[in-house]
Amino acid sequence: MLLMQIDWLFLIEKIGLITIILLISLGIAAYATWGERKVAAVMQDRIGPARAGIFGLLQPLADGGKLFFKEEIIPQSASKIIFVLGPAMFMVTALMTSAIIPWGPSFEVGGRIISLQVADINIGILFIFGVVSLGVYGIMLGGWASNNKYSLLSSIRAASQSISYELAMGISLIALLMLTGTLSLHDIVEQQHGFWADGYFTWNFFKQPLGFFIFLVCAFAELNRAPFDLPECESELNMGFHLEYSSMKLGLYLFAEYINMFISSAVMATLFFGGYNYPGMDWVAAHAPQWLFVLSGVTAFFIKIIAFILFFMLIRWTLPRFRYDQLMKLGWKSLIPLALINMLITGGVALWLGK
Amino acid sequence: MADNNIKSMLPETSETTHGRHHIKLSEDSLAKQTTTLNLGPTHPATHGVFQNILEVDGERILHTDPTIGYIHRAFEKIAERRPYYQVTPLTDRLNYCSAAINNIGWHLTVEKLVGIQTPKRVDYLRVIIMELARIADHLVCNSVIGVDTGALTGFTYVFQYREKIYDIWEEICGSRLTTNIGRFGGFERNFNQAAWDKLDDFMRTFPHAFEEFQILLDRNRIFMERCMGAGPITAEKALSYSVTGPNLRAAGVDYDVRVSNPYCSYEDFDFKIPIGTTGDVYDRYMVRNTEIWESFSIIQQAIEKIKDLDPSIYHADVPDFYLPEKKDVYTKMESLIYHFKIVMGEINILPGEVYHAVEGGNGELGYYLISDGGRSPYRLHFRRPCFIYYQIYPEIIKGGLLSDAVVTLSSLNVIAGELDA
Repeated sequence: MLLMQIDWLFLIEKIGLITIILLISLGIAAYATWGERKVAAVMQDRIGPARAGIFGLLQPLADGGKLFFKEEIIPQSASKIIFVLGPAMFMVTALMTSAIIPWGPSFEVGGRIISLQVADINIGILFIFGVVSLGVYGIMLGGWASNNKYSLLSSIRAASQSISYELAMGISLIALLMLTGTLSLHDIVEQQHGFWADGYFTWNFFKQPLGFFIFLVCAFAELNRAPFDLPECESELNMGFHLEYSSMKLGLYLFAEYINMFISSAVMATLFFGGYNYPGMDWVAAHAPQWLFVLSGVTAFFIKIIAFILFFMLIRWTLPRFRYDQLMKLGWKSLIPLALINMLITGGVALWLGK
Repeated sequence: MADNNIKSMLPETSETTHGRHHIKLSEDSLAKQTTTLNLGPTHPATHGVFQNILEVDGERILHTDPTIGYIHRAFEKIAERRPYYQVTPLTDRLNYCSAAINNIGWHLTVEKLVGIQTPKRVDYLRVIIMELARIADHLVCNSVIGVDTGALTGFTYVFQYREKIYDIWEEICGSRLTTNIGRFGGFERNFNQAAWDKLDDFMRTFPHAFEEFQILLDRNRIFMERCMGAGPITAEKALSYSVTGPNLRAAGVDYDVRVSNPYCSYEDFDFKIPIGTTGDVYDRYMVRNTEIWESFSIIQQAIEKIKDLDPSIYHADVPDFYLPEKKDVYTKMESLIYHFKIVMGEINILPGEVYHAVEGGNGELGYYLISDGGRSPYRLHFRRPCFIYYQIYPEIIKGGLLSDAVVTLSSLNVIAGELDA
């Protein structure tokens, strides 16, 4: 009888969605590596990958294949289980967040409302924070288990960096949550419907510009991207926590980093730039067939994500890296006070407007 | 360690339950609150082969123990067994970022010993080569400071212009990195039209690219925060260690061999000596940047001056030391004799003792040469600026962070080849 109660169609729908999202995440991460090399090449007046396929488009596949066939070395003095667990954990946490992101508007097929979101949990943002905090375990375990001083230094840097920047990140989001009044990502996106309503922009970026910039800086730090790439800074720590890794375990670390970048771009687009909403979407909904409306929403969302990824890359190839103490100073003495002030102002204005 | 048994030097190992060997730590290593960290000999930040055994408390450096001699090649000793002209390739391998200055410095030293007067045009051609080398050297050093702070773009961007300099050298002497450029008394051949064209191209395109590089880093807040106050050298300390070159000038002392002891007609040129105030990484970086512009203006002046001179002169008229033309070797007896004597290294250099210094890419590069007559030097000593910088290095990074140590090392422009000779 229990089997009868299960909504099989629902299960199939979600499993299908999970598979598609997983494939898209991996595909985008793979091509982000290609994109990064091309962006770097353009900025540095070079050509970049050009040998594998047209414009080097097969380069990610070649790289992946190479990494799979490399010899796998586990250092003798490493603790083996944790050493293997590190990259796996990093990869899992990187993929997990994609479950709660609404990828497109819901649509109706045969009386069923299908939502392009794996799980619409009412504590969406808390879930993101939880998973992001877990992400540092992957780095911490990997660096620690390597039994290498550079790796250890790197994982300590990573741990203290994410703890410090999560605070400012959280406070900057509290200000946003005061406006939205909900933690569910689905509801937050729906609130940002269209582009213009009631004489003001609907996107949260226009309501919380300072909050967005704080969130953006913290996202850079959480991702260990330049200028906050202290844990893996190649000139001081020789790639840090994945120094002792080889073969696909190294590949997982590198890959997971790009997935993280993809997911955090998606989170930023969802929270601040209206997710799948775009100007004039009501007109499209009224005049175009449903499938086109859904497709255009998903496309708008992915354009926003790719714009963010490109922004991450531009910054990486422009700015130098912080020093450890400067990083802490920026986090604790600039971003957290700024986020607190933003929160107070938002609260005051919300009270004044009687929301 | 008295005994040479290697096994006794290895740490003891003990069997664990899993059948794997674990290194047994010595008793005091667990009680110790600091970490010993090997920065080098193969570490991306050292840009060469030198080792620093750091004692760090977290990221703060408490003590440094630098090791010299990983690529010691006994150049000074080799030079004692070689004819004079064969010493030139050895000087290439000192500071290989500006090999041409080393070559010409060595030629000037020998010319000083035997008393060769070079024509003005040779001097100016040499000035062009040396200032190109200085630009190449400073470009590498400054862009590598960028790399060590995490900004790779500036590095790859200006490296194209170092390549252009190498292209010019290629036209003049046939090689790029280790140039072996010139001969005693001048150059082995005149600058061809391709060399002048490439030089023109470089002079036309370089300023814009270098301005872009400066925009990228000079006033970048993160870069400034990283560099200001890192690895400072006071003027007193610099002088007491006999630091020279951009590192001394960054500390505020306006000493430049080109001005204080002009050689190669540097007195004909009009240029400024940039100086800093604090002697930290940022000052050194800025001094080098300004020097690149000064070198650029010197090259411009030299190109202008050369236009008025007889374009066929490219060496002094010293048949004893300068190889005759090949067609003369086949047809003239004197030329054949000179050719044989020079190639076989049988030129008799009179006894004497001479010290000659040039302003190298990273400091005063001196050649102390004693000749007791005969074909090779009796003793040759290179005064290598890097050797001195590396002595001061432990002192200036103590108490700083690991990141500072890396940036300081690249800003001192310590080059392993020159350090170890």
